[in-house]
Amino acid sequence: MKRDDVMKTIQGAEVCPGNAGVIKVPLSDFRHVAEGLRNDPQSPMDFLRDIVGMDWGEEGLGAIYFMESTVTGDTIAIRTATTDRQQPLLPTVSDLWKTALIKEREVYDFFGILFTGHPDMRRLFLREDWIGWPLRKDYDMKSNPLRLDNEINADITKEYRLQRDGTLQGIDHRVFGEDDFVVSMGPQHPSTHGALRMRIALDGEVVKKVDPVLGYIHRGIEKMNESLTYPQTLGMTDRLDYLSAHQSRHALCTCIEQAAGIEISERAQYIRTIMDELQRIDSHLLFYSCLVLDMGAMTPFFYGFREREMILDIFEETTGGRLIQHYNVIGGVQDDIHPTFCQKVKDFIKHLRKVIKDYHDIFTGNVIADTRMKGVGILTKEDAISMGCTGGTGRATGWANDVRKRHPYALYDKVDFKQITYNECDTFARYMVRMDEIMESCRIIEQLIDNIPAGEFRVKTKPIIKLPEGIWTSAVEASRGEFGVVIESHGDKTPYRMHFRSTGLPLVQAMDTLCRGWKFADLIAIGASVDFVIPDIDR
Amino acid sequence: MNQAFLDYYNLQPLLAAIHSWLCGIMPEGLAIFLECVVVGVIILVLYAVLAIILIYMERKVCAAFQCRIGPNRVGGKGGLLQVPADVIKILIKEVFKLKNADQFLYGLAPFLVILASILTFSCLPWHNGGEILSMNIGILFVLAASSIGILGILLAGWSSNSKYTLIGAVRSGAMLISYEISIGITVLTMVMLSGTMDIHEIVMSQANGWNIFKGHIVAIVAFIIYLIAGNAEANRGPFDLAEAEQELTAGYHTEYSGMHFGFFYLAEYLNLFITSGIATTLFLGGWMPLHIAGLDGFNAVMDYIPGIVWFLGKTFFVVFLLMWLRWTYPRLRIDQVLTLEWKYIMPLSLLVMLVMAVCKVYGLVF
Repeated sequence: MKRDDVMKTIQGAEVCPGNAGVIKVPLSDFRHVAEGLRNDPQSPMDFLRDIVGMDWGEEGLGAIYFMESTVTGDTIAIRTATTDRQQPLLPTVSDLWKTALIKEREVYDFFGILFTGHPDMRRLFLREDWIGWPLRKDYDMKSNPLRLDNEINADITKEYRLQRDGTLQGIDHRVFGEDDFVVSMGPQHPSTHGALRMRIALDGEVVKKVDPVLGYIHRGIEKMNESLTYPQTLGMTDRLDYLSAHQSRHALCTCIEQAAGIEISERAQYIRTIMDELQRIDSHLLFYSCLVLDMGAMTPFFYGFREREMILDIFEETTGGRLIQHYNVIGGVQDDIHPTFCQKVKDFIKHLRKVIKDYHDIFTGNVIADTRMKGVGILTKEDAISMGCTGGTGRATGWANDVRKRHPYALYDKVDFKQITYNECDTFARYMVRMDEIMESCRIIEQLIDNIPAGEFRVKTKPIIKLPEGIWTSAVEASRGEFGVVIESHGDKTPYRMHFRSTGLPLVQAMDTLCRGWKFADLIAIGASVDFVIPDIDR
Repeated sequence: MNQAFLDYYNLQPLLAAIHSWLCGIMPEGLAIFLECVVVGVIILVLYAVLAIILIYMERKVCAAFQCRIGPNRVGGKGGLLQVPADVIKILIKEVFKLKNADQFLYGLAPFLVILASILTFSCLPWHNGGEILSMNIGILFVLAASSIGILGILLAGWSSNSKYTLIGAVRSGAMLISYEISIGITVLTMVMLSGTMDIHEIVMSQANGWNIFKGHIVAIVAFIIYLIAGNAEANRGPFDLAEAEQELTAGYHTEYSGMHFGFFYLAEYLNLFITSGIATTLFLGGWMPLHIAGLDGFNAVMDYIPGIVWFLGKTFFVVFLLMWLRWTYPRLRIDQVLTLEWKYIMPLSLLVMLVMAVCKVYGLVF
């Protein structure tokens, strides 16, 4: 089944306004359409980019499914809804795409939509005893006073099945067996890179199961954005993945600019692209530092930080911020680049090319590092696509998923760079992808830095921006995968709903597949190599 | 060979004089008791001072490796008072009790670790005539005493009632017991070369050349094996998986605070020193000065340097080697640690011992 087939064969299918081209599909046909799209012989929609829960009020509760075919690159987005607000039911697609296993839990958590057939219907971010569904429009903000008691994680999870007579049947599944030795790792743990918690069943040193417990720094950014004007929403994006601050904000700016029809200047495009790549180098240097530190090598850790500091200094001079810069704005960038910016960037790249050899000398060829990384933590290409593990983790499985190549934005179609892919699928491949990408980013910057055209860095925009009605989307290649923005606008100055595709959520989901059967120490190394950042998962 | 230098700084006559003077003014039993007290105090002070020096050294050495300066504020230039300040801080910290821990074992464990460490520490040959615990099976006693430490680590991990400490303790137990075999075999190899187990005698036998030169290739291989296994015994990187910060937060001593934690910390550094000290004794001639055959003038100058300087100098050199290792390599995984020991190092050390025996029998050593 393809896009045209959906439009032709499904009664009531219609296209919603907006650049996302979302097709409305009636609930009764949804499951059939999803299967058809997934199993199309020519262009199977095997990559489920995102599931976005929605409360359409009158139209009911539902979700938008963004899909893409890794074979042909075709994309399609379908949406479906149920009008039953008391017990909203949607059929699960977790048997078609593994990523739905975790993303449907997110929708359930925020909208209370039960996915029939999903084997693990627990809340994802909020406490298990949370009252109500916070992203519904009729949610009572006072229904959950601050609780000081401990949250006890249930060991039993429910699967809901719809019987023929229309009643729901609940089936219990065990998360952990009674005799499992379950170690709680996090939220305060040196190697979870933030407030992530994983419950890990161990058999001696061997990992039997990993169950991520999320939400320790969930701030409700998507809910907050529903009451902020568009320029105000920009402030939140830097606080998602703080190591992709530029790129996340770039994505949101692009989305708003496309929807509002704002053309930005060539100069701003150059600056944005260079900043994105500097940010990527920054993030990958930190990745290197954290990976080596997690594997017990303290000295190379400081190498990465030494060079990263230079990038932060460059950021600081131009943007005033080091970690989160608040630099992109709707219509361009906040301020013009510092007069010494170009020279400093060139000097830095020259320096980096020289010292990157040290990085490899001390760690890459090391016999201990080699034996601990090669062949460890295998994620197959099929799993990577099915779980939606984009970024370096996906590219280490041979899946060419770089948004900069798939859907070029900014200046990426004008510069020459290689998409790094490895086929080994192991920790070492994930490590090498990042190390090689640092060099590719250097190449991109070198092609741009001398040619920044003159012109204005920011076009004038109206003080109050209203987006036309519709569903708008954009995506960028953030430091650790595809970062997407989905805005549903009803023509107001605030978004009706704003959703961010988390780059880290699929990576955390993949931890179970990656770590099973490996040692506890490998879990740490694998966790570092898939490179997740928690504030981006707990939005 | 002229061995007159052995008498330059010999402490034995002085100690004997003190002893006879004490016996003159009080009963012999009381004199011995007094001497024991004094020696005990000396050991403890030396232990503490060396720990401070080692911690300071570690911080400075790793800073140098990591493009940093290291401690540089407290105590003027170079941050000399940083570590003493840390010691005072840890001394005044609360030692808290865990609710569900096995209180007796939880309290006992740090003392077992420190006891093992101090016992082995007392066996080191500091100076000519300056050895503290001296007996004819000295090196065997060192091996036996150091084994008590494993018990302390296992008890600490078990009694804390935490999953992390338990994993740390089990890892540590598996690793230490394995590597002790290699250490034992290597020590045996060197005992074979020296022909005695008495630490003092082992040093004396190296008056005409350090064991590492006498035993040439065989001894060098044994030295490397000893360094690897000794590093593992001291629980230091790349073998620090028992406390692997990134995996187990702090391993077996996660739940300890204040000076009880301090004991583990002290013992870790002193074990590094002891490992190096034993390496110095067995391979690098203990407190013996460096002699190069034929250069009599040079040798005479070397003889004027006191034995304790030689001993500390060589020991700190080995300590530096081990720190270099630690700050360069990533950590091994538990199965790799055990594979390395049982499949490679232990068979190799057995082979070395065999070769050493053959060399000794056929007179192929110097």
